Amino acid sequence: MAPKHPPKARLEHSENVAGGAAADVHEAHHPSGPLRWLLTTNHKEIGTLYLVFSLTMFLIGGVMALVVRLELFQPGLQLVRPEFFNQMTTMHGLIMVFGAVMPGFVGLANWMVPLQIGAPDMALPRLNNFSFWLLPVAFLLLLSTLLMPGGGPNFGWTFYAPLSTTYSPPSTTFFILSLHMAGISSILGAINIIATILNLRAPGMRLMDMTLFVWTWLITAFLLIAVMPVLAGVITMMLLDINFGTSFFNAAGGGDPVLFQHLFWFFGHPEVYIMILPAFGIISVIVPTFARKPLFGYASMVYATASIAILSFLVWAHHMFSVGLPLIAELFFMYTTMLIAVPTGVKVFNWITTLFRGSITFETPMLFALAFIVLFTIGGFSGLMLAIAPADFQYHDTYFVVAHFHYVLVPGAVFSIMAAVYYWLPKWTGHYPDERIGRWHFWLSVIGVNLLFFPMHFAGLAGMPRRIPDYALQFADFNMASSIGGFLFGLSQLLFVWVVIKCIRGGVPAPAKAWDGATDLEWSVPSPAPLHTFETPPDLRRVAS
Amino acid sequence: MSGGSYYVPASSKWPVLSGLALGLFMIGTGVWLVFDRAGYLIAVGALAIVTVMALWFRDVVRESRSGLYDEQMDRSFRWGMGWFIFSEVMFFAAFFGALFYIRVFAVPWLDGEGAKGISALLWPDFVASWPLMNPPDSSVAGPHEIVDPWQLPLVNTLFLVVSSITLTLAHEGLKEGYRDSARNCLVLTIVLGVCFLVVQGVEYYEAYHHLGVTLQAGIYGATFFLLTGFHGAHVTVGATILIVMLWRLQKGHFTPDHHFGFEAAAWYWHFVDVVWVGLFLFVYVF
Repeated sequence: MAPKHPPKARLEHSENVAGGAAADVHEAHHPSGPLRWLLTTNHKEIGTLYLVFSLTMFLIGGVMALVVRLELFQPGLQLVRPEFFNQMTTMHGLIMVFGAVMPGFVGLANWMVPLQIGAPDMALPRLNNFSFWLLPVAFLLLLSTLLMPGGGPNFGWTFYAPLSTTYSPPSTTFFILSLHMAGISSILGAINIIATILNLRAPGMRLMDMTLFVWTWLITAFLLIAVMPVLAGVITMMLLDINFGTSFFNAAGGGDPVLFQHLFWFFGHPEVYIMILPAFGIISVIVPTFARKPLFGYASMVYATASIAILSFLVWAHHMFSVGLPLIAELFFMYTTMLIAVPTGVKVFNWITTLFRGSITFETPMLFALAFIVLFTIGGFSGLMLAIAPADFQYHDTYFVVAHFHYVLVPGAVFSIMAAVYYWLPKWTGHYPDERIGRWHFWLSVIGVNLLFFPMHFAGLAGMPRRIPDYALQFADFNMASSIGGFLFGLSQLLFVWVVIKCIRGGVPAPAKAWDGATDLEWSVPSPAPLHTFETPPDLRRVAS
Repeated sequence: MSGGSYYVPASSKWPVLSGLALGLFMIGTGVWLVFDRAGYLIAVGALAIVTVMALWFRDVVRESRSGLYDEQMDRSFRWGMGWFIFSEVMFFAAFFGALFYIRVFAVPWLDGEGAKGISALLWPDFVASWPLMNPPDSSVAGPHEIVDPWQLPLVNTLFLVVSSITLTLAHEGLKEGYRDSARNCLVLTIVLGVCFLVVQGVEYYEAYHHLGVTLQAGIYGATFFLLTGFHGAHVTVGATILIVMLWRLQKGHFTPDHHFGFEAAAWYWHFVDVVWVGLFLFVYVF
């Protein structure tokens, strides 16, 4: 089922088509000043809001991680009280997952999905604004828990009951309510993205003509709508256990704490794919551009993404191997988990094959994309190790797990967002990002991230438990290296902030088609993209001749 | 697909105000639950949500009536509502999943069944049963009696099933242009929905005051009120939507071939109805 007219065919023709510089008829009515951002229904402005919010949360969550790393620099308790340490690990996780990575990808979807499918805007523009503005409210509420009596959430980002119910601080109720708001935001945002992709594609663009970024977001949005309500359900049950004396997670009343884990991970495992599938899409767009070759195996990429999404519903209990599952469940979840390596392997194979004999250049977005392929694969391999149930009994709750999911989330998801930002900044601002600072940012990040997370594998295999502010002396060297790497990585993100601000303020002007190997539809509109694009959709049927 | 008539609203104050209203509601709920203060904030927040939503929908209705929406926009609304209902299905799926897990695994395991027999050591005298009348620990008092499915719940099942039929008749009437018939059937649907809620209220009163089925009555009471409570909340929302649709029908907003607002309300109502059938079977009967 290969597309007869691969995405490449589109750009040359669509330049002739009305769309790009369409007159800004709405601009006259557009409010100015801060109100413009509060009331906007424009997908580009809302995309910008999401991205700025994501970056802010990334920095706040990053500072919390640095508090953790500073305490762990040496064994013993030096800097913070253990209770505060627990709040920092918990809030770091929650903020990075729900505040930085997810809104980052939604921001990219807002900006780029309409541009890549030739749509005038998102399908439901007001709902789009609502989805965004729920987030600052939700996260202000979440951050405010740190100031409440008893402190903020301190039970880890997975908030297992009964730690998060019977033994939790009073502020947990606020944590639940803020997560409800973030969840509503995600569900509505995902509904909007699906409706946009299914209904607003330019005439003539079939599903199998869409870019991989659009495809992966279509599937991600489906996952979001399927599992965010389950999260809402489980935190509602927590709320009732805490405030109304129900027994859902309390065995004394006939409930079961393990029920919490099943419900949480039924949400949680698709959730980790929600944080990586759009990354796959980004890499699948950037690699062909800088290898100057069409993506190898377009159709197999689509099917692999769909397979990963389906499998993501069948693997959740691999997070719970050591909780005492029946043997049959251990085996089932072990094999389904290993099965995921197959479609993921297809993807890595296709990226490498796209690179094979390409005319590769190494601009900053490509550097991040290449680092993604290598480092994400390392995270994938440690995931395979963790999938082996008997071996997981040893690895469970150690720093090996921390190393694994940070490899897939930092040089995985976060690097892909950075790659995307460097790749699309010319389209957003009309200027190329500063290549010299970009390279410094890249190399310092790559060195920092590996120094930060690679030693954690060894500390974990040697038995260092996670979420502990103090540790045995034999882990001291690994932790000192991790902390140095953490500060190197954290501080080099200031370069990222600098390069983005510098690019917004000026720089080498970018043409409509900013990268010479780029072929997708967004490169047919001017740089910077005018506020309204494709008010008359480009008719791609003319291309299909 | 259409050529360039897709309506993109210029800007709107309702979304951001909705966000603030919801935030106010959440903060009010939290302050009340945690600090036991300022309960009125919940009411203020709820009122703000309803007001802003009404004004937002008023804009949408006006735009629709002034012909700004084309067929493509209609499809966006359909996809949007469809996926929203799917998210609701998953919300209830989580609760049904919890119920099945408790009944099939957790409670028998506490009695020593299967691979997790070791958990029987926690409460050696515990005997598994469903409905769970005697929770494992004596600190949790179980219900004395359960709700008899063949009395009030059966009546309620009839109410909701018949209401789905009358709503379909109302829709058929609307499509055929018989507005009076559509109105009568819609009124009947709303009356049946309200009857359902009243009966549910009586049932809750009975459960709390005579049967000992409370939120605190172990896992049976917890799952009972979780599932029926969220369903009841959805019936309330659905009935409210239908009342708005009745008002819009009277104002002549709907034409035989352009009435997605009505259809969306009907989808929602049928969804709530199907959930009830699941509830009746797995919460009350079996």
